[in-house]
Amino acid sequence: MPYLGSEDVVKELKKALCNPHIQADRLRYRNVIQRVIRMSKLDQWGQAEVLYFLLRYQPRSEEELFDILNLLDSFLKSSSPGVVMGATKLFLILAKKFPHVQTDVLVQVKGPLLAACSSESRELCFAALCHVRQILHSLPGHFSSHYKKFFCSYSEPHYIKLQKVEVLCELVNDENVQQVLEELRGYCTDVSADFAQAAIFAIGGIARTYTDQCVQILTELLGLRQDHITTVVVQTFRDLVWLCPQCTEAVCQALPGCEENIQDSEGKQALIWLLGVHGERIPNAPYVLEDFVENVKSETFPAVKMELLTALLRLFLSRPAECQDTLGRLLYYCIEEEKDMAVRDRGLFYYRLLLAGIDEVKRILCSPKSDPSLGLLEDQAERPVNSWASDFNTLVPVYGKARWATISKCQGAERCGPELPNTASFATSGPLIPEENKKRVQELPDAGALMLVPKCQLTAECFEKTWLHLKVAHQQVLPWQGAVHPDTLQMALQVVNIQTIAMSRAGAQPWKAYLSAQDDTGCLFLTELLLEPENLEMQISVKQNEARTEALNGFISVLETVIGTIGEIKS
Amino acid sequence: MISQFFILSSKGDPLIYKDFRGDSGGRDVAELFYRKLTGLPGDESPVVMHHDDRHFIHIRHSGLYLVATTSENISPFSLLELLSRLATLLGDYCGSLGEGTISRNVALVYELLDEVLDYGYVQTTSTEMLRNFIQTEAVVSKPFSLFDLSSVGLFGAETQQSKVAPSSAASRPVLSSRTDQSQKNEVFLDVVERLSVLIASNGSLLKVDVQGEIRLKSFLPSGSEMRIGLTEEFCVGKSELRGYGPGIRVDEVSFHSSVHLDEFESHRILRLQPPQGELTVMRYQLSDDLPSPLPFRLFPSVQWDRGSGSQALNVRLHLPLPRGVVSLSQELSSPEQKAELGEGALRWDLPRVQGGSQLSALFQMDVPGLPGPPGQGPSTSAPPLGLGPASLSFELPRHTCSGLQVRFLRLAFRPCGNANPHKWVRHLSHSDAYVIRI
Repeated sequence: MPYLGSEDVVKELKKALCNPHIQADRLRYRNVIQRVIRMSKLDQWGQAEVLYFLLRYQPRSEEELFDILNLLDSFLKSSSPGVVMGATKLFLILAKKFPHVQTDVLVQVKGPLLAACSSESRELCFAALCHVRQILHSLPGHFSSHYKKFFCSYSEPHYIKLQKVEVLCELVNDENVQQVLEELRGYCTDVSADFAQAAIFAIGGIARTYTDQCVQILTELLGLRQDHITTVVVQTFRDLVWLCPQCTEAVCQALPGCEENIQDSEGKQALIWLLGVHGERIPNAPYVLEDFVENVKSETFPAVKMELLTALLRLFLSRPAECQDTLGRLLYYCIEEEKDMAVRDRGLFYYRLLLAGIDEVKRILCSPKSDPSLGLLEDQAERPVNSWASDFNTLVPVYGKARWATISKCQGAERCGPELPNTASFATSGPLIPEENKKRVQELPDAGALMLVPKCQLTAECFEKTWLHLKVAHQQVLPWQGAVHPDTLQMALQVVNIQTIAMSRAGAQPWKAYLSAQDDTGCLFLTELLLEPENLEMQISVKQNEARTEALNGFISVLETVIGTIGEIKS
Repeated sequence: MISQFFILSSKGDPLIYKDFRGDSGGRDVAELFYRKLTGLPGDESPVVMHHDDRHFIHIRHSGLYLVATTSENISPFSLLELLSRLATLLGDYCGSLGEGTISRNVALVYELLDEVLDYGYVQTTSTEMLRNFIQTEAVVSKPFSLFDLSSVGLFGAETQQSKVAPSSAASRPVLSSRTDQSQKNEVFLDVVERLSVLIASNGSLLKVDVQGEIRLKSFLPSGSEMRIGLTEEFCVGKSELRGYGPGIRVDEVSFHSSVHLDEFESHRILRLQPPQGELTVMRYQLSDDLPSPLPFRLFPSVQWDRGSGSQALNVRLHLPLPRGVVSLSQELSSPEQKAELGEGALRWDLPRVQGGSQLSALFQMDVPGLPGPPGQGPSTSAPPLGLGPASLSFELPRHTCSGLQVRFLRLAFRPCGNANPHKWVRHLSHSDAYVIRI
């Protein structure tokens, strides 16, 4: 239990949170909470803890809500960033029905966040930048006037510069676009290639709204004839042309000449795609593609060869005379001499397509050249604050949504228990499996383990009827110690898609629970868990509506694993 | 709440390891962390890392890594604050924070950790409350004594030097034992500003940012009241106006929670009762509107734009050069300057630059692929690609860019106190990022 700065606070909080009489009486609970908030002897750690506890509190009426918010107002001006962020999160969550209050508090927290972004401590700076990005998802104009604070400085570590560039990309508006673009242009010629590429991609992002200026800047960058710059610019052009077809003309004029400066796979693919789709506007397109075809034997990347095939065929449709010969040579090489099967298959496919007639080819290959609606989908302007309010001031924004999703998936799988097809567990499976089937059963889980269907909703009456109807298929005891925590058990069972129909409260004696699950073939498993007061064992009884032993054993091993893991965690 | 805490040296050797909850891994987690840190891909941030159901969060301080692990999804700001506070606390108790001091004071560090964190929860980080529990004494490499100063006045006369303490004077441990009262009572007050400037190639100012802090390190017995007076014309925000001149203005200011502000409005006096140890009294920021001109300008030469009485120390100019430059010929105006070519950049060191002076140097380099040797700085043609922005790093003692000065520092006299405590006040500006584009 945290110390929270003084004994009184601890006593009061314990009263509020653990005493069921106080929790039952709304008014007394509220009084205790208010007394805790008013305590001035809390140090910054105590304040942060109190704010964290209060996240669980649900005010009954609007008056009460605003009372609490008024009391907490002073926390927003604290000098400790942990307290300020904790208070902000509490405001955002408590006021989830009042968006204008949420916007107000985000305005108030602008100052401390900006101070943290320029702090000496790089780690604090990074955490603050991640939260700024989070806020910009919902209020894009929030930091627009402070764009200068997000200019990168020479000595900053790479990860901070990347975050700042992303922020700059997101806070662009009509007033600051000129300066922001100039600054980003400066970064594009930075010594570090990674950073320069990130800056170019950022300009590409801004280009969706301010197309003309950005295309001009990107065209100038092509003139520098640097490998790492040219490849990224061409990739950006490819993305841009797809989303903003109005810039196609400008892009086509800029392209000639950059093929000499591209060496990597991504850049080549982008260039070839552009030449294929918009080749009729680029005068020397067939000749550039011809150069690629000349060197196709020494080309190491199969993806480039695939792109080359498609592009040349497309160009052939619009400029047949110039491409015919080249196309023939390419197809010959791909079909006869190419070792990569995917490329060869595509070559064969195009050859047969050509044999089927030019109309067929046109029908298949003439796809749309751009899809502006995709840009609107991706932009997803302004997600509401409530969608990320619960992630504010946690580790989620610091990792980023994508990485957090992978992390929580890993954690969920681990908590599910150790490997399912552990053959040793079959020793306790009971007398129902004949000896000769055991070996088969032991191999089976490796192949296709039992697949339990999630969200199989079985109503209580249905469960009862089925339960009384069936006979017990399997019974077992597992060692157990101490009382059961129903919430933990229920959550763990949920992870493996076992639904809890009914469960006794914690501390009830005897303790019982009824579970149900269904596998993908429709076989139902109904389970009773029983914990006697004196016993150190949990009794499991399983009933099945179809007599299938392998499925039954699979289910039992899943259940054992979950219960065993919960038992270990407690002890 | 944290599961484990450990301190690694800059090479990854574990110095301190403490496990609070016993629920994750053993000592090898420190090696795991270091391997993961050094093996991280370039674009991922090392601040928070995840491995095996644990989150690792760390800060770098004085070359050491202070790392905490946790398995819960808790606030990164609180964690980072805790780690910074631990760093300050360890620095207070051991004198300064470094690999040497930590290895000499291992027992003290473990005792501190025991008191500060219980089962991973923070109990208290206040120096005051901890003093009552900590028994171990700090071990210092050599006891500090003013006789170490090489220039003690002759015949007891007070020279300039005896009014000045070396900058390491503040780095001794806070008075922890109750019996030894014979050490000097001293208090050190620093006004430190970090200057972050961006100048475009045509000389116009793109960005100016000043972050300032008033830091207090007190060796007085705690509870003694102190009053710090700031310049009276000190204004906060753009609309306030005090005094008759343009005043000294900052955009925003924030104070430590223990500072009493009742006299701040009227006389700009801060009143506080500081505990022993280090404390940041006030933080302020100023951007875009410096009252004094910028310290350095670079056209073809470096010019220091300030009154002749002051000087800048340890000025270093770092100028990235185009790829492939291998030779450098130089002409410097004074023998104590040094210029060398290394890592694709030119480094020009000026140990001391007098105020109001103008220094020039001529550098000639051979850039492969360009016709003829270019001179230094912009000529009529555009500079070659790769002649990067020049960045300056410097220290300006006795100068604050915002103009804020501490007028006085008064201590309420304690009846049982010993000799008058010494007060040391220092103003300092140094560069955070001073970049001039070419």
